[in-house]
Amino acid sequence: MKITMTAMIAALAFMLMPFTAIQASPEDDFKAFKGYFTKKFKDTEVDDFINGVYSIDSPSRKQWDEIEEFPPYELAIETGEELWNKPFANGKGFKDCFSGELSAIRGKYPYYDAKADTIVTLEGDLNKCRTDNSEKAYKWKKGKIAALSAYVAYAGRDNPIAIKMPSSEKELAWYNKGKTFFYAKRGQLNMACADCHIYNSGNLIRSEKLSPALGHPTHFPVYRSKWGELGTLHRRYGGCNKNVRAKPFKAQSDEYKALEYFQVIMSSGLKWNGPGSRK
Amino acid sequence: MQKLFRKLSVTISAVTMIGIIGFSAVVIAAGSDIKEGKKLAFDRKKGNCLACHMISGGDMAGNIAPPLVAMKARFPDIAVLRAQIADARITNPDSIMPPFEAHGVLTSGEITKVTAYIHTL
Ligand code: HEC
Ligand code: HEC
Repeated sequence: MKITMTAMIAALAFMLMPFTAIQASPEDDFKAFKGYFTKKFKDTEVDDFINGVYSIDSPSRKQWDEIEEFPPYELAIETGEELWNKPFANGKGFKDCFSGELSAIRGKYPYYDAKADTIVTLEGDLNKCRTDNSEKAYKWKKGKIAALSAYVAYAGRDNPIAIKMPSSEKELAWYNKGKTFFYAKRGQLNMACADCHIYNSGNLIRSEKLSPALGHPTHFPVYRSKWGELGTLHRRYGGCNKNVRAKPFKAQSDEYKALEYFQVIMSSGLKWNGPGSRK
Repeated sequence: MQKLFRKLSVTISAVTMIGIIGFSAVVIAAGSDIKEGKKLAFDRKKGNCLACHMISGGDMAGNIAPPLVAMKARFPDIAVLRAQIADARITNPDSIMPPFEAHGVLTSGEITKVTAYIHTL
């Protein structure tokens, strides 16, 4: 009897070992992440997760489809185009900072910059273009930066998210920073992003249906009726942090850049469809 | 014997009186506690229990958590209910329910009132 018990314990320990010894790779995480949502929302086509809560909420879908016919972000795209084409004081413009087709720009971000050991975002490079040309950086969360981002996102619609999976130690460090942030409880109310957007996605918090995290970043910047204007992904992050009474981080802080990096990796293969409109 | 009986009955009625007075005092205190507890439970800036729990009489409740019904049957011991509301992590370390007392969302006195109200459901 004693021998069987010992053997059983040894067998158990052996069975558990692979999970503790080997850390999950981003590829494995992604597979599990996507698998979780496709299983949870069987009626939703995978490609439709880019539509956020409307991908799982047919009653509000119809209303939203109607809104998207005369999208409230149209004006912002026009403003973005004007800004894109307007030369800086030194005669240069955004076109000189971004090489290649306009439609290929959105899909390049976010990416890991080895030289600076940081994550580069679209908004980050838009403002860098300005400061490199002796112009003042725009404010990060709304207004002109969001309009420019919307213009670039619109041109880049329908390209798949083809972000390079982290492999170097430093890339993995950024990835894990974002992942940890996503699963960590925070704020006085002690809730993690995952509490609402994984475990309770599809459930109602008050009368609000919680969106699945799969596809979260695809359609930003977003026109929110609640804001009455466009906002960037990092503006939304700040809002969700405040909702749990946590101190929000600054837009383009390392925390939010890592979070964006993690979220985009988790949405690999889905299509970019910014800008979007939401309640 | 007669005397003794009278004495006894006096004592008994005295005891009964005290009992009744004492009892009604408790009921009055609990009555206002229950009312305030309900206010705190429904207040979005305080308990905001409706964000997740269906509660009879509350509008636009969420469905993240079990409906708060038949509480006396599920929590015969009010102390157990209080502990759950004070810090849900005692039963589920990963709970999405805020640790109301531990994180100072509600004061100890407020938890007592909320508990009194929830126990009536
Ligand atoms: C208390 C619940 C809660 C928590 C915790 C929470 N959110 Fe949200 N979040 C919401 C609600 C409600 C909405 C609006 C409805 C929706 O789209 O899910 C939302 C919307 C979003 C959106 C926009 C989705 C879209 O389609 O436009 C993103 C992105 C997002 N949250 C990310 C996060 C991240 C990242 C965290 C953690 C830092 C987080 N949320 C934490 C409740 C929460
Ligand atoms: C953000 C979500 C959320 C909020 C807000 C919330 N709860 Fe909960 N509550 C839960 C969940 C989820 C459970 C299920 C057990 C668990 O996971 O902890 C639960 C369990 C309970 C239980 C145990 C129910 C049972 O039958 O076992 C009680 C009692 C309770 N909550 C009371 C309250 C009260 C009172 C408030 C407000 C002061 C409140 N809750 C606020 C999410 C919440």
